[in-house]
Amino acid sequence: MRVWLQVLSVVLAATVVQPIGAQPLAATDAQGRRSGFADMGVATQNIQRDDRQNPAMLWVADGEVLWSRTAGSADKSCVSCHGPVASLKGVAVQYPRFDNLSQKPVSLGERINLCRQRHQLAPSLPAMDQRLIALETVVAHQSRGMSIRPDPDPRLQAFRRQGETLFSQRLGQLDLSCAQCHDQQAGRLLGGTVIPQAHPTGYPLYRLEWQGMGTLQRRLRNCMSGVRAEPFALGSSELVALELYLLGRAAGMPLETPAIRP
Amino acid sequence: MARTLINLPKSIRRGETIEIQTLIAHPMETGYRPGSDGVVLARDLIRHFKCFFADESGQHLVFSAQLFSAISANPYLAFQLRATGNGTLTLVWEGDQGFRQTETVALKVLG
Repeated sequence: MRVWLQVLSVVLAATVVQPIGAQPLAATDAQGRRSGFADMGVATQNIQRDDRQNPAMLWVADGEVLWSRTAGSADKSCVSCHGPVASLKGVAVQYPRFDNLSQKPVSLGERINLCRQRHQLAPSLPAMDQRLIALETVVAHQSRGMSIRPDPDPRLQAFRRQGETLFSQRLGQLDLSCAQCHDQQAGRLLGGTVIPQAHPTGYPLYRLEWQGMGTLQRRLRNCMSGVRAEPFALGSSELVALELYLLGRAAGMPLETPAIRP
Repeated sequence: MARTLINLPKSIRRGETIEIQTLIAHPMETGYRPGSDGVVLARDLIRHFKCFFADESGQHLVFSAQLFSAISANPYLAFQLRATGNGTLTLVWEGDQGFRQTETVALKVLG
C-alpha cells in the first residue's frame, strides 16, 4: 500500500507539467462553439495536453510502424505511394470525402480500406480493428491544430442534408434526437456530466470510458444505445451522413487528434 | 511485444533529479468483468514494474511499483531519480499470463 501511495503521488505530481504539443484551445469560439475539451476536468485536459502522458500516442506510434509495413499481394506499404506520413498533413480535416469510384462519401477509415483493396490488393480491416484505428490516428495526427475544412464537393450536399435530418430525428425507446441533447441542452448536466455540443474535433480519440481508442462512428453508436435505439451498423451510410453533417457543423474548429475524452 | 513510450529529459546534467515517464499498451483486465458472452474475462494485469540503472559499478534497482486491478489500461508511470552518471536504464513490466516486457534506454549526462 505504501509503495502504491508513493507511485500515486509521483503520478499526481506529473500531471502539472507544462503542456507541450497540443495548441491551447479557446474555450468558446466566435460562433459560440465549444470543443468537448473545454468541458473536461483539468486532470483529463492535462493528459491530452501532454503527449508523454497521452495513451493515444501509443496508437500514433503503432500507426507509424504500420504506415511503412507492406500488406497485400501488391507488396506495397502506404509509403510506396504516399511517402512519409507527414505528407498527409491537412488531409484528415477534409473527411468524409466523396469517392468517385463508389459514388458515395467515405470516412477516413473507409478511405484507408479502399487504399488497401485498390492499391495494396489486401483485404479490408474490420471497422474496430486496432490496426485500422492506429492508421487513422497517425494520419489524423498529422493535421493536429489545423482547422476542420469540410470537402466542398456539391455531390456531398444531399448526404449532408440526410445527416442533418438524422441528427434531428427522434430515435429509440427514449424517443430522443441527437439535437434535443446536443443542440437544445448542451452545457447542462446529464447525470453528473456536462452535455457537450457534439463537435467531433478529436477523432479517433482515447475515451477513458472505453479504456481505449475509438472512432466517431463508435461514439455515435454509443449515444444510440444510450437512447435505447438499435445503432446503425459501423460503416453504414447513415453513420457516414451523420459524420458529414457533424464535421460541417464543426468547420473551422481545430483538430485535436488524438484527443482524450472522459 | 507491447508498445511502450519512454520519455527522458533531452539534456541531463550530472547530479540532476530527472523524471522518467513511461506508457505501455496493456489491457489491465481486472478479472472481475464479464465479456459480451457473459463469461468472466481472465485476469490479465501488469503486476510489477521495475527500473534498474546499470553502470560500471553494477546494476541497481532504482524504482519499483506493484500494480493492481484498479489501475487503468495502458498504465502511465512516472518516477524520479538522480542522474549520478552515464549508464543504462532497464525497465521491466511483468504480469499475468507470462507477460514480460523489457526496454533499455541509455542515460547520458552532460559534464
